[in-house]
Amino acid sequence: MSEIKTAAYICSGCGLGDKLDIPQLGKIALKEGKMALVRDHAFLCNSAGVQMIRDDIEKEGVTHVCIAACSRRAKTEAFHFPTVAMTRANLREGVIWVVAEGSEHDEVRQEMADDYVRMGCAELKKVKLPQGNPNTTLQKRILVVGGGMSGLTAAFEAAETGYEVVIVEKQAQLGGWANKLWKRVPFKAPYAEPQATGVAELAAKVSAHPRIRVHLNSTIAETSGAPGRFTVKVAQESGAVTEESGAVTEEAIGAIVQATGFTTYDIAKLPELGGGQANVVDQAGLEALAQAANGGVLKRADGKEIKSVVFLQCAGQRDETGKHLAYCSGHCCATSIKQAMYFKDANPDTDTVVMYTDLRVPGMGEDFYRSAQSKGVIFTKGKASAVEAVGDSCKVNFKDLILDEATSLDADLVVLATGQVPSAGVNLDAWDKVVSEADGGSEAAKQNKSEMQKTSILNLAYRQGPDMPQFKYGFADSHFICFPYETRRTGIYAAGPVRRPMDMLQATEDATGAALKAIQAVENASLGRAAHPRTGDLSFPMVRLEGCTQCKRCTVECPFGAIDEDERRFPVFNEQRCRRCGTCMGACPVRVISFENYSVDTVGSQLKAVEIPDEFSEKPRVLILACENDAYPALDMAGLSRTVYSAFVRIIPVRCLGSVNTIWITDALNSGYDGVMMMGCKKGDDYQCHFVKGSELASYRMSKIGDTLTQMGLEPERVSSYEVAITDNARVAKFINEYVEQLVNMGPSPMKGFG
Amino acid sequence: MSEQNQQAVARYRNNFLKEVEDRVEDGEWVKMCMQCGVCAGSCPFGPHWEHSPQKIFMMIRAGKREEVLASDSMWMCTSCYNCIVRCPRKLPITHIMHGLAHYAHRLGMAPKGQPTREIARLFWNNLAKTGRVNELKFSLAMYFKDGFVQGIKNLLAMQGIGMGLMKARRLNPMEILGGHKCKDKDGIHKMIAKAREIEERKQGYAS
Repeated sequence: MSEIKTAAYICSGCGLGDKLDIPQLGKIALKEGKMALVRDHAFLCNSAGVQMIRDDIEKEGVTHVCIAACSRRAKTEAFHFPTVAMTRANLREGVIWVVAEGSEHDEVRQEMADDYVRMGCAELKKVKLPQGNPNTTLQKRILVVGGGMSGLTAAFEAAETGYEVVIVEKQAQLGGWANKLWKRVPFKAPYAEPQATGVAELAAKVSAHPRIRVHLNSTIAETSGAPGRFTVKVAQESGAVTEESGAVTEEAIGAIVQATGFTTYDIAKLPELGGGQANVVDQAGLEALAQAANGGVLKRADGKEIKSVVFLQCAGQRDETGKHLAYCSGHCCATSIKQAMYFKDANPDTDTVVMYTDLRVPGMGEDFYRSAQSKGVIFTKGKASAVEAVGDSCKVNFKDLILDEATSLDADLVVLATGQVPSAGVNLDAWDKVVSEADGGSEAAKQNKSEMQKTSILNLAYRQGPDMPQFKYGFADSHFICFPYETRRTGIYAAGPVRRPMDMLQATEDATGAALKAIQAVENASLGRAAHPRTGDLSFPMVRLEGCTQCKRCTVECPFGAIDEDERRFPVFNEQRCRRCGTCMGACPVRVISFENYSVDTVGSQLKAVEIPDEFSEKPRVLILACENDAYPALDMAGLSRTVYSAFVRIIPVRCLGSVNTIWITDALNSGYDGVMMMGCKKGDDYQCHFVKGSELASYRMSKIGDTLTQMGLEPERVSSYEVAITDNARVAKFINEYVEQLVNMGPSPMKGFG
Repeated sequence: MSEQNQQAVARYRNNFLKEVEDRVEDGEWVKMCMQCGVCAGSCPFGPHWEHSPQKIFMMIRAGKREEVLASDSMWMCTSCYNCIVRCPRKLPITHIMHGLAHYAHRLGMAPKGQPTREIARLFWNNLAKTGRVNELKFSLAMYFKDGFVQGIKNLLAMQGIGMGLMKARRLNPMEILGGHKCKDKDGIHKMIAKAREIEERKQGYAS
């Protein structure tokens, strides 16, 4: 870019003019901020104000714009100038709405506003207008792994939207588990009768679709690349490997939907409930009997007509002993209700008992439950302790939980409602361990590694391992709280029971969502933009390799596996996989990673621009680094609800706490700040971090900073971390006030005056 | 075992739920209970009876015929209708309890000497005789229901109240000699007999 020309625009609307000395702000922008052009306006976001800025951009050649008005989250449509770099000084939500009313606060209020203008101007001189990733890709074809109900739905929806689709299915035919069902739980009003699965029709539509190609008897031998430029090798059962793509040919893959589903929990592991006995089957076994009966009276494997049947819910599920599945698979109650109806519909005199501890029928399942009750299916709240084979039938010993007594029931057949076990491929935690042992030379580990590799589904050629990360029960990755289909492997989306237990209706909805996510990923990759959650972000990580020490922290800490290593162990950024969180930037000890509009400098210059009063002024300064996804909106909301907090804080939004480089903390303390508050999202198993690991990494890094502080002669309390949710507008003000009070009691930082 | 009881046992064998559905007023609702326990929690008589409605329904499904029909629960119902109002499945619980009480009575399986059952029985017999309730005879029948000696004791204990009622002319001792009755006593009897016949037919007992 050629010459830059900076300009600051100060708004005096929304009460800013009444509460603040606008001419003084202008003077600061001009003299201290060194802006080439400074203007104020009584109503900057109206058409006249916006036109004024536009005219300056066109006629005066302004390339960098600092808007000192409201929060960067407000009036984004009015202040949309895509051709210039822009910063915002938050004077409304950040100053006049949160500083206490009254003239006795005029001084601190004005100081706060002065500092935000200084910060906005300082940042402006360091940012560039993001140009977008030059490595744009054109490949938009979507690969669907798995041809069951979820896979077929994802493929069909993507194809109908206009995208080319390739399906890879391990079996010889499409349909998956749905093929094995006699009927499915109803998904349409009045939700009273089992319905046809419709899987054959869907498979036929998919097979005949002009934009869908199907590989049966196939698995994936290797997946390499990134969104928009995946290269996928598909292995057919014959052993032949077909090249599905080349780098820029039409055969490449743009994004992947993994819909590899589940297997049923093995009933042989449940001998106490009769697993292994001739007259005890699982739900899949009962579907086989129903298919064989073809709508007639159901018969056992030995040909005997079934006159009484007991369904045992939660068989090997919700187990607290640690022997079986710890979770609820969600679909099994409705499935047993459906299967009980098979019997009642064929012969209303069949005794059907569903034994449950908690009947869970989400969605419209309550209507289905009621329908089964009116058909005469008996629901017994009880817990089975044992199933014995007695003569030709079974005896179910159980505790009746309503009547509080041990009793038993006889039945011709017992059906165990077992759970879903995800087919998510290699567990990366186990993989990492085996790889490091194999690298250490262990022959057993090498053998183990190649065995594990065989169970992989995607066979990713990523340094982070061959499949996507998993949750604790082996379910494929998913951002539960905010973005259910997004995994930590950008461009690869999990759909259906592979990511959490679910029924067919949920799986088809899931598949539709994942297909849309895949489309979003390929479209953004084709424009050189971030996929999500910073959708459309044109900035991307840039690295000065000449300064890199090959420490590998960026490659290890990137939550999304976006960074590979070349043979000399330099990082190789796959921009299309990157989510632009900046965790690599926060990790880099030599600070060679930056974004055009977000870097160690853009934040560092802001925190240094703040004027630090001397130690006798009794005006402490606290730096707040706030996650822009949750904490910063919460702070804005505090302003919106006029929640007063201390005017001694200076807030800088960060993309994610993971992007916080410790140099900012040491710089701040060296400059004489009395304390630093870090505000990020909830971490742990139920994390709310948009970038999954960002807040966790930040907290880990900060746990190491205590020693440094002590060496500097500072109390460790001068740096503190907080978990702030987006709804915490009241709490966040309380945190600030309490922390400032704590610092006041602690006395001023001994570093003041040395900065 | 009464003849009707024998017939019912023979006909329904182990399927007590079916028997209740066929023979008990509103019995077809029992299978719709989802065991949430709101009825049990709503009942003002909760601690004072053997089984809550929730348990009664579960026992019916579990085939506990003797226990259900001999339970005092149905007889303790005061018809406050709390359970009906609150049942999320809209079961007419009060009506089912009355239906069960009636059925148990018919089969001769209702608990002997259960006080609320006894008062209902005496009240009905008193009323059906003449078409009007004879309060004096009804009170005396209540006093003597547990035997002659206990009856005398009851009389002595209630002496003061009785004298007070007589002084206030709220109790006429002459009622002991037959008392007032409906103009068409025979008509009343015929009407009751006809109603019973219709009821029997509806319930499937008609000969």
